[in-house]
Amino acid sequence: MDRAIDATEMDVTLAGRVAAEPGGERIWRCFACGTCTASCPVTEVTERYNPRRIIHMVLLGLATEVLTSDFIWLCSTCYACYERCPQDVRITELMHAIKNVAVREGHVHPSFRAQVGLIRAHGRLYDITGFENERRAELGLPALAEQPEEYQQILASTGIEALVQPAEGGAD
Amino acid sequence: MIEYALYLGCTAPVRTLNYELAARKTAGRLGIDLVDIEEFGCCGFPLKSVHHETALLMSARNLALAEERGRDICALCSSCTGTLAEANRILQADEALRQKINQKLEASIGRRYEGTIKVRHFARVLYEEVGLERIRQAVSVDLSGLRLAAHYGCHYLKPAEAHDHFEDPENPHSLDALIAATGAQSVLYEGREQCCGGGILGADEETALALPRLKLERAVKAGADALVVVCPFCDIMYEFQQRRIEKMHQARYGLPVLFYPQLLGLALGLSGDEVGLSLNRVKSKKLIEFAAREPASN
Repeated sequence: MDRAIDATEMDVTLAGRVAAEPGGERIWRCFACGTCTASCPVTEVTERYNPRRIIHMVLLGLATEVLTSDFIWLCSTCYACYERCPQDVRITELMHAIKNVAVREGHVHPSFRAQVGLIRAHGRLYDITGFENERRAELGLPALAEQPEEYQQILASTGIEALVQPAEGGAD
Repeated sequence: MIEYALYLGCTAPVRTLNYELAARKTAGRLGIDLVDIEEFGCCGFPLKSVHHETALLMSARNLALAEERGRDICALCSSCTGTLAEANRILQADEALRQKINQKLEASIGRRYEGTIKVRHFARVLYEEVGLERIRQAVSVDLSGLRLAAHYGCHYLKPAEAHDHFEDPENPHSLDALIAATGAQSVLYEGREQCCGGGILGADEETALALPRLKLERAVKAGADALVVVCPFCDIMYEFQQRRIEKMHQARYGLPVLFYPQLLGLALGLSGDEVGLSLNRVKSKKLIEFAAREPASN
């Protein structure tokens, strides 16, 4: 964002939408000290990800800039900020909440679309074929079985598939 | 007898068979009884970013499967451990949430979770339940002179609340103590608490790979003979991706990566084959020489 904020574009409901998500409740506690950003291993390697800035953008209501961005998907979920935050904002869970809002409003990172497809197809992130079980048998390890049915039932029950429209068979 | 259901997760049983093999063998040597539950599947971690409730239902399903068999969960993957432990914590603490999740779980797959089990990482079971003293007594091979850099990763110990604060997230010590118990030397290095970057490999490879690069550099600088990990995803970042990171930066690290149970197995007198050492991609002469050491005869 390299321009001045236009106050007429600010969506005052954004922070409330994030706070209504599980994990997002504590966003109001943030006093912008920057301990999160100073602790963040991703910030150490790229300026594109800055947790304090993201929280501040949500509080300002910069909905389009946040929810359609690539940067919200750059949290590695390491919990360094979560442990250090003096206001116990639980930032890792807050970042999950922001991404959940983005998904609900139609902005899903493609890598997650693929993961939903894999879980629906296999109940896991990897396809288990004869090859995998042969390798396992050579080492004396028990065979694995794919049991995706209960995952399909869970996915069908929560409405996630309508939001994400997973790739068929996990391929994207 | 220490009894658990072994939770393999998605990645370990497909991509890091050396880890699983060494964990099963060392568990057998140290009196940890592990049963397999065939129906275990994905823990829910990948979907936390997408849809909180779906991820929680997936976690609750796996917790319910273990509870049905009356076993606590022992997981190899740190992300599975963290995800299941956190789901367990909130489901145990919030009865209204547990009831809501149980209604949905019963309606969709006919299961319930009553909140009666605990979730542990394999390394934590070694540290807390087997204990350092028993490990020291069982060691039969001299590994002194092997210098190892402990990589704790993130979800093994954080969020600390989900792991009963068994570790200090700012200054963890369990893995260093476990390494020392084998007779090898644990070396300190800059940034040892830092993340492997695995969580964003799918979203942005270039950014993700910048994280392990820093750790490889720092561990090599500290004179480590190998990095010791307790999570399959950390291993993917440091070992599977190491050649690529070297090429991207015209660097040469050549740093072997060991799963802690492999190191432990070698110390207990298991052979390189028994701990799956041929599956480790980055080889070093020193490590091969240590792996070939014979147990002391007494």
